[in-house]
Amino acid sequence: MSQIREGALVLSDGATFEGELIGAEVDVTSGEVVFNTVLSGYQEVITDPSYAGQIINFTYPHIGNYGVSNADVEARRPFCRGIVVRDLARRRSNWRSEGDLESYLMAEGIPGIAGIDTRRLTRHVRENGAMPAAFGSASLDLLVEAAASEPGTEGVDLVSSVTTPQIYEVGQGNFRVVAYDLGIKKSIVDQLSEIATVFVVPAHTSSEEVLELGPHGVFLSNGPGDPMMAGQVVTAIGALLGKVPVFGICLGHQILSLALGGKSYKMKFGHHGGNVPVQNLDTGKIEITSQNHNFAIESGSVPGVTETHVCLNDETLEGLRCNEIPAFSVQYHPEASPGPHDSRYLFQQFADLMTSFHGSIS
Amino acid sequence: MPRRDDIESILIIGSGPIVIGQACEFDYSGTQACRVLKEEGYRVILANSNPATIMTDPEFADATYIEPLEADVLTAIIDRERPDAILPTLGGQTALNLAIELVESGVLDEYGVEMIGASGDAIATAEDRDLFRQAMEEIGLKCAQSGIAHTMDEALGVVEEIGLPVIIRPAYILGGKGTAFAHTTAEFERVAALGLDASPISEILIEKSIKGWKEFELEVMRDHADNCVVICSIENVDAMGVHTGDSITVAPAQTLSDVEYQEMRNAAFACIRRVGVETGGSNVQFAVNPDTGEQIVIEMNPRVSRSSALASKATGFPIAKIAARLAVGYRLDEITNDITKKTPASFEPTIDYVVTKIPRWAFEKLPGASGILGPQMQSVGEAMSIGRTFPESLQKGIRSLEQGRMGLNADPGEGQYQQEADTDLLTSIAVPTAERLFQIGELMRRGVPVDQIHRACDIDDWFLDQMLMIVEERLHLETATLSSLTRMEWRRAKQLGFSDGQLAYLLKEKEANVRLRRLEEGVVTTFKTVDTCAAEFDALTPYHYSTYEDEDEIRPGVRPRMMILGSGPNRIGQGIEFDYCCVHASFALEEAGYETIMVNCNPETVSTDYDTSDRLYFEPLTLEDVLNIIDAEDPVGVIVSLGGQTPLKLASELPPELVCGTAPESIDLAEDRERWNSLCAQLEIPQPPGGTAVTFEEAARICERIGFPALVRPSYVLGGRAMTIVYDLQELEEAMKELTAFAGLGREGGLSADRPVLIDRFLEDAIEVDVDSIRDQTGEFVLGGILEHVEEAGVHSGDSACAIPPPNLSQDTQDVIVEYARQLAERLEVVGLLNVQFAVKQGQVFVIEANPRASRTVPFVAKATGVQLAKVAARVMAGETLEELRELGALPEPIREGHVAVKEAVLPFQRFPDVDTVLGPEMRSTGEVMGIDKTFGLAFAKSQIAAGEGLPTGGTIFFSLADRDKEQGLEAAKGFVALGFVLAATAGTAEFLNSNGVHVETVVAKLSEEGREISAGVDAVELIGAGQVKLVINTPRGRGPRSDGYRIRFASTAHKVPCLTTVAAARAAAVGLEEWMSNPLTVRPLQEFLGLGSSAE
Repeated sequence: MSQIREGALVLSDGATFEGELIGAEVDVTSGEVVFNTVLSGYQEVITDPSYAGQIINFTYPHIGNYGVSNADVEARRPFCRGIVVRDLARRRSNWRSEGDLESYLMAEGIPGIAGIDTRRLTRHVRENGAMPAAFGSASLDLLVEAAASEPGTEGVDLVSSVTTPQIYEVGQGNFRVVAYDLGIKKSIVDQLSEIATVFVVPAHTSSEEVLELGPHGVFLSNGPGDPMMAGQVVTAIGALLGKVPVFGICLGHQILSLALGGKSYKMKFGHHGGNVPVQNLDTGKIEITSQNHNFAIESGSVPGVTETHVCLNDETLEGLRCNEIPAFSVQYHPEASPGPHDSRYLFQQFADLMTSFHGSIS
Repeated sequence: MPRRDDIESILIIGSGPIVIGQACEFDYSGTQACRVLKEEGYRVILANSNPATIMTDPEFADATYIEPLEADVLTAIIDRERPDAILPTLGGQTALNLAIELVESGVLDEYGVEMIGASGDAIATAEDRDLFRQAMEEIGLKCAQSGIAHTMDEALGVVEEIGLPVIIRPAYILGGKGTAFAHTTAEFERVAALGLDASPISEILIEKSIKGWKEFELEVMRDHADNCVVICSIENVDAMGVHTGDSITVAPAQTLSDVEYQEMRNAAFACIRRVGVETGGSNVQFAVNPDTGEQIVIEMNPRVSRSSALASKATGFPIAKIAARLAVGYRLDEITNDITKKTPASFEPTIDYVVTKIPRWAFEKLPGASGILGPQMQSVGEAMSIGRTFPESLQKGIRSLEQGRMGLNADPGEGQYQQEADTDLLTSIAVPTAERLFQIGELMRRGVPVDQIHRACDIDDWFLDQMLMIVEERLHLETATLSSLTRMEWRRAKQLGFSDGQLAYLLKEKEANVRLRRLEEGVVTTFKTVDTCAAEFDALTPYHYSTYEDEDEIRPGVRPRMMILGSGPNRIGQGIEFDYCCVHASFALEEAGYETIMVNCNPETVSTDYDTSDRLYFEPLTLEDVLNIIDAEDPVGVIVSLGGQTPLKLASELPPELVCGTAPESIDLAEDRERWNSLCAQLEIPQPPGGTAVTFEEAARICERIGFPALVRPSYVLGGRAMTIVYDLQELEEAMKELTAFAGLGREGGLSADRPVLIDRFLEDAIEVDVDSIRDQTGEFVLGGILEHVEEAGVHSGDSACAIPPPNLSQDTQDVIVEYARQLAERLEVVGLLNVQFAVKQGQVFVIEANPRASRTVPFVAKATGVQLAKVAARVMAGETLEELRELGALPEPIREGHVAVKEAVLPFQRFPDVDTVLGPEMRSTGEVMGIDKTFGLAFAKSQIAAGEGLPTGGTIFFSLADRDKEQGLEAAKGFVALGFVLAATAGTAEFLNSNGVHVETVVAKLSEEGREISAGVDAVELIGAGQVKLVINTPRGRGPRSDGYRIRFASTAHKVPCLTTVAAARAAAVGLEEWMSNPLTVRPLQEFLGLGSSAE
């Protein structure tokens, strides 16, 4: 057995958890701690850029069972600040596996802490809200200090740290889609590239630059943190609305909403999981959705839209469609990865919207 | 309105008796359905032949028919009740098959009854292997390469095409009955023949074997708006090749990446949609190639199943309850999640713990069974355990089984493997058996690498590595001492699921000292909550499991708390009857104003429904685990006498002031042979002469004194474990040897060498009688019922049919019996239930034994008389008096007239064709049915039909009687002939019958020891095999596998010809048939029999 590295996790309100450090070696790491309830898909979660600035607490106790695979990576690298698990698998077992999670964390520089009563942590966050935290091998005093000085995610620009530095092109579809990378997941690019030639552009790309690419549609990706911090994108989208069909997911949904005049707010602990029931208000049907957001758009705050989706757990607004212009968005993740595939029809809906706006494309 | 208002009354079909593959999970699902539909305001009509169920309690339905589950009986019920709809998806395969029969015979159409929850087409598509395979191919899902055959020729054709090895699955069967592998052509021909025979439509599916693939199952629900959700994923620890019911299974799936899991989820939804299950729950089974990830669909059940009970308990999502609501029109999003009370049921539960299910087998009770696990289910029960991690969950699961093992080895039981060489153990683990887990643990202890073990047994590396963590910890603990262990070490050991008993073994200390030291170190149990959502939302339902973490979630109680200890996994001798009693205690104590706490580890039961008690602890029933809950809950009392031996064994070690009802000393007094004898002597109650012995010599001396035949049994066991009747010294020696061997293995916690063997004179031809009664603390005694057994003393009471009221006992005899029971209750200072067994020989009453606890017959007595003994007993144990309960209306006068109720045992011989079917003192039945009608004959006939044996109404009856049975058999033979039956018999029996004026048409040839005929003519086996015999009456004379009788019984099992092995049963059958054939079938609801004002229209 390898040497155990003892460590502790401290929350900004002083709650302390003892555990064993795993993954990359650090004295202190800090971030906003959130919990995710997926039973499988830890690698997709860890590599989802929306977790930038956050420490992910996995509620399922066994993490790492089936190893890691390149195919399950959602971004060029993980952006989360660390992971908290109850038990990290020593031995992985799956034909797809190309390595073990611990080595992956080390290679990617992601620290983790194991042996934690993750249910206690989850209940704490549920009761008190997502909050800054720190863990590592440093003394408790230092950890307390780090947690206290950690800004969390509200009012922080995290998008600029995750967005692509350069434009790149993917897919060979008939449509041309410009996708704002606010922290875009690879599986979204994959889904889009099935219907379009996708130009993934940096978050700071202006509306003029977008239009120069001659898009049939513009896509607004998921991404980390507070939508209010993405003012530049909001402005750009404002200028594009009505000119091209727009589809937004997660942070992209919030940005579209802000551009339309809606209001965002920070949720107590957000939605992070793969089992959230969302009702499609057009059809009445239930979609089990993959979600990952701490901010949301106030229902009723967005003018000129029809609210199309609602979360059945807490009635959070989950999707909307503009009444007069070709634009729609959802708060959840239709690309799944991880999570159910119930909502993938939305990509087709985007294609249909582009078709009806432009006429058929050949 | 989502609720359907166009239907008013719904007929629910139950699953009948507990049999292997169909156990009390269907009482759980049926009870939930009845409850929900009544709540919704429908008139609920229930048909179920099993009196030991909660669902057949008269208050759970508007009209409860405890009648045989046969199409003609259901037709009669439909005719009487005219239900608007029939719900067949909650009563297992039995209900589904019956529904199909009712559709096909046109009965549903004729009466305008709508099938809800499933359609005939959907059932056919899911159940017919060929249709199912075609359907799956249509939607692009792969099934195993396979072919269908209806004859041996077709079967051989299929196997030529797909090649060996193959698996053979008969169509329309439950629990994989008749399913088997074949590796050679010879083997193939044998199992194909058995399979064709097992299938009611003579159809088998022959599939290319995928042994070694990983096996998964998804529990899926769908509503009429086509919303689909997965409730739970389950992964089998055992690879493909072992029936899921016999596999150790884990929830959630552990070794699937999300990509694979979502592929499987999509496939499951495609499957349920294609099959056409419009509303309700289904399970879809998959096999996954571990090397390529290739997924294939194995099968789907278009109904609530054993796995859905497990999934419900594993996640807190009540599948059956929701399925019932969906069937009457609701959508998933219109139903609230019970646990959170604010989120809807249209979500997918997520969990933050690991659930392990481990089956429990009864091979020790079935000599002749191979003990090898395969595609046909053989287990009789299961335990489920919850831990934060797999190692913790696994070890808790093992100790939940109560088979003398404390966890994954590290206990005295591990000694049995230590003599075996590595190579032998590696060979052993290639064959799945109940021992495999422990053999693997032993190999790991010796340092055999996981890879090598994996190659031998196909169990996934991840599971093996998790087991290795336990073994490594054990090796570490072995080097430690009680005082050397640090808090962190204690915690780590407990987090890996080590019981204090294992730690005591490893540290060579007493368990009590380990507990004390551990608590001093501050390593105390924390209880977490099963909440469907991994703590994302606040859970309002206190459903808990123990673990060793930082935070405990138990909330303080409001009212005084009473704890009820359940009966653990089902086993032969301790099954649903005891769960019934525990559930009743919970209901009664809640009525009495207590907050009730249920402790149990059996996922199939009603007791482990979080709705049953105020609080539920899904925990092993060991002293350590129970004490932990007592520490956490601080109850005012603990009920130990309603869950069978499981809780009773703990009674003397619990804080005495907490044990409710009869004191543990009295329990000991009734069990301690010497003290019991002197007690009976003082009361002048006659007993058969007897004594106690530890060695053969002592036993021989006793038999010298009391004479043969003698009944030999160990003390402190239920279900006649290892009980035998010996006729001479040689048999006595064998019996003693066997008992010593059992004790040495440390099986069945209650059996050990320091508890002596009881030896009694066996009273031949005596009538056996059971009495269930209650005494309160003021000394008032009430009789529940006197049950007269049909089979004579010597057949275990659990395997014997019995009747209320007693058909053959005079009033004087009954008075004597009641008076003896009253005196015993008084002398034992019983507070609560007392069961006394008597033998009546030539009018004289002998007491056999007294048990101050719930007996197996309590639910039957309640159904037959209307007095809910278990409820009364629970309140009496909690301190109320019978007088008080009478005033509250909780103790009505028993109904003793107007009807007769007969309970019949249901035996598992069809599953174990090599096991002799002769009834004896060792109990082997898995379940029971009840027949109720105006007379004993009619009730007995119904009980036989309900038990599945049926009674013929014409044709040939084959007789083969032991000499001592000939006189009595004559009477039965006369009866049959008078009814128009033709007789066949063995030479001796024929001669006797002929000389007494009963004509025997066919005399069969005698068989030699090797089974060859040694006289001319057709032999009995051929006659039975040719389908010419409708009923076999064969009472044993010689015993053992070489006897003629054994072959005859074997043949009747193989060809499903009913076989009676006692002359008493033959006589009862003759009486029953006479009345059955001369009376039209009538059905009446229990509410009418019990004067509860049936609301039949």
